[in-house]
Amino acid sequence: MAGMNELANRLKELEDQLVICNRCGMCQSVCPLYEQTRKESDVARGKLALLDGLSKNLFTDPDGVDKRLNNCLLCGSCAANCPSGVSVLEIFIKARAIIAEFKGLSPAKRLIFKKMLANPATFDRLTEWAGKFQGLFTKSEKNAQGTSCARLVSPLLHDRHLLPMANKPFHKTRASVDTRTGRSGLRVAFFTGCIIDKMFPRIANDLLDVLEYHGVGTWIPGGQGCCGIPALASGDRATFEKLVEYHVDLFDSQKYDYLVTACATCTSTIKKLWPSIYGGKASGTREKIRQLSERTLDINQFLVNKVGLHDMGTGVDADGEAVTYHDPCHLKKSLGVFKEPRQLIQASGKNLVEMEGSDKCCGMGGSFNLYHYDVSSKIGTIKQKNIADTGCKTVSTGCPACMVQISDMLAKGGLNIRVRHPLELYAEFLRNQKLIT
Amino acid sequence: MKKVIDQLVKAVGRENVFTEKEDMLTYSYDAAVLDSVVPGVAVMPENSEQLGQIVKVCAENKTPMTVRGSGTNLSGGTIPSGASGVVVLTGKLNKILEINEADMYAVVQSGVVTATLAAAVEKKGLFYPPDPGSQAVSTLGGNVAENAGGLRGLKYGVTKDYVMGVSFFDAMGEYVKSGSRTVKCATGYNLTGLMVGSEGTLGVIDEIILKLIPLPKARKSMVTVFKTIEQASEAVAAIIAARIVPATLEILDNFTIRAVEAYSHAGLPIDAGALLLIEVDGHPGQVEDEGAAVEELCKKLGAESIKVAADDAERDKIWAARRSALSALARLKPTLVLEDATVPRSKIPAMVSAIQEIAAKYKIEIGTFGHAGDGNLHPTILTDKRNKEEWHRVESAIEELFDRALSMGGTLSGEHGTGLAKAPFLEKEIGHSSILFSRRLRKAMDPDSILNPGKITGVI
Repeated sequence: MAGMNELANRLKELEDQLVICNRCGMCQSVCPLYEQTRKESDVARGKLALLDGLSKNLFTDPDGVDKRLNNCLLCGSCAANCPSGVSVLEIFIKARAIIAEFKGLSPAKRLIFKKMLANPATFDRLTEWAGKFQGLFTKSEKNAQGTSCARLVSPLLHDRHLLPMANKPFHKTRASVDTRTGRSGLRVAFFTGCIIDKMFPRIANDLLDVLEYHGVGTWIPGGQGCCGIPALASGDRATFEKLVEYHVDLFDSQKYDYLVTACATCTSTIKKLWPSIYGGKASGTREKIRQLSERTLDINQFLVNKVGLHDMGTGVDADGEAVTYHDPCHLKKSLGVFKEPRQLIQASGKNLVEMEGSDKCCGMGGSFNLYHYDVSSKIGTIKQKNIADTGCKTVSTGCPACMVQISDMLAKGGLNIRVRHPLELYAEFLRNQKLIT
Repeated sequence: MKKVIDQLVKAVGRENVFTEKEDMLTYSYDAAVLDSVVPGVAVMPENSEQLGQIVKVCAENKTPMTVRGSGTNLSGGTIPSGASGVVVLTGKLNKILEINEADMYAVVQSGVVTATLAAAVEKKGLFYPPDPGSQAVSTLGGNVAENAGGLRGLKYGVTKDYVMGVSFFDAMGEYVKSGSRTVKCATGYNLTGLMVGSEGTLGVIDEIILKLIPLPKARKSMVTVFKTIEQASEAVAAIIAARIVPATLEILDNFTIRAVEAYSHAGLPIDAGALLLIEVDGHPGQVEDEGAAVEELCKKLGAESIKVAADDAERDKIWAARRSALSALARLKPTLVLEDATVPRSKIPAMVSAIQEIAAKYKIEIGTFGHAGDGNLHPTILTDKRNKEEWHRVESAIEELFDRALSMGGTLSGEHGTGLAKAPFLEKEIGHSSILFSRRLRKAMDPDSILNPGKITGVI
């Protein structure tokens, strides 16, 4: 294919990062995909070798490398376990962008990212319609997870057990919020995130109640969109950058102390990828991104470290309901946040029971789940078993995407286990104590 | 090649045969700092029968084959032979077939990961001591083929000390069983011993019978701080001379200490010339006595401080610091060459000095850490392979490291194997007649030279 030299040259910008990989293979021990397939091209070491090969002009077209590079959950387990500290995710994401810019996006992706995701208002409208008509295509299963399944056989849906779209997305009930700082002396901005807005408005509402209880002022600017990770993961850097700029303007204010999210993926994207991947020219924007990302916190972190929880003698409550916790990759592996969600669960009067492999990826991986549903399900089945083995009737996790995947897996297994965000458990506790309504 | 590929597809199914150029690139290297070699086809058998059929296909077509577990090899043992060769992947031969508690052995397929077996037997109060640094990834088949070592070599020995039997396919694809499930076995040639460390040149390993021992009841870990590395290495010799054999006796030089501290902030003394990390294990009484004796010896030999781990958490911290040595060094420069020239343990002080001299002579950075107790040091060279001039100096330094170790009665490799990396130097260690004998042996077992050609004895 013409222009392979040009592609090779562009990939050379990754050389200094690629050369750090000593090919020790330690990434194999933690890669959920490799565990299933045992193929070297599925693990970080193999993919890094392929990118190195592409940069050295060893291939006549980029498709084979591209296909293998995209066969990845971007869970970051490899990077977290890498002795040499290779920035695996950053390399993969940059490489996906370089290759996508070289090859061009598929028409479907162009439509989804450039026409929908890049325009928050359009995206909101489309998902609202989808929410209204979903009943035609799916029927409720009336199970502990609240999933639905497809009425018709669809190659896109497989045998998924879907969490339905909310009847009303969060932004429709609370278009914007602006409350005064209370006794905590703190005020936060809330980045809602697509999945919470459209599938779990209950989490956003709980967040408002909890913050109010703790005397934290909240500011939620209207018109929020996606953090940009789906576009970026598919190599659409332009849409990603457009969304970053849009949100930096939206949130660029002295009106808050911290920006919080209840979505592990959004937090990780804002904190890590916004500053490291944004390549826009405006230096002012870069500085604003840096300031914003530094002030961004996961909600568990914020409540435990900045606010202090409701004093109820936090610690293991052996009489409390047994709850197990799944570590979202974007919280533990990317941000090192794993104590705080557990503390929040324990502060909710629950008896935290650790599952085997609590920090093993659930198999979601964003669009990986769409394109590689079979492998995604195999990985998810391990999670399903580990959850079931604890005997808990509640599994908690701090990422709405993980909640979607885990709900599917538990529903498939016919397991009577509910899936809740730690924040929901805490709100439930405060509600039971009549501390919030 | 097409004929071979067709036959392989017939043997194992299309889904287990890989031929695309991209996949081939990912099977062209292992963890050694050597040039990669791209194979013609890779194949992933799902059971013993398929493995046997693959060997038969290769034998029939006189096609060279290289078996690959996890590819963590540090001497190039899993680098394939070239475009006309087959890479056999053992990733799916990963079942623990039996853990026999009464007779204390385990039977495993060659693709079982070392740490998986270790964890499985520990749950039953049993112990599989060999623990190569890559045990979280490395496979037992690879450990046997390379005779892998680890941190516990001093007291417990290495892989060869735990292999009771091996089933393998010979170069004609015939199934051969060696060894036994009994502790003693004196029948026939010791084919098991021959297979261990043969680096895939004498047969293709299928199943392995591994000896297990009781898990020690108690253990005690300590960190001792020395002003100079010479003092530390003399303490190593003194501990052994006092007839104490710790389970682990590891050394870290100042360069490594500083790298570990910068990376892990574990609170290591960055001014220390060297640290010894020591663990004694066994019955509680024995552990108390030996622990106290080691402390006393170290103090006598000038240890500035000794910190004994109070509980498991502190113990874990000590070993986490040791395990992060390689990681910490790896972050300093793009290329890291981990050597394993080994000397008789009384020569540790001399070898430590030799490493320092060589670093100065060739103007390169070498961090030294490793299994001081068994004489197996890991001089670790930090460089950037892209810098050709420096790389040339590194190659000369490596050769001199080998020479110095041999001159002290040591060996080219304590635990990484000969592979491609040390094949050119082998004759220096074992002599001409041993090389000829090895080649004749190999030729007799594998007349068409299909089993991992180029490794150990070079091309025959």
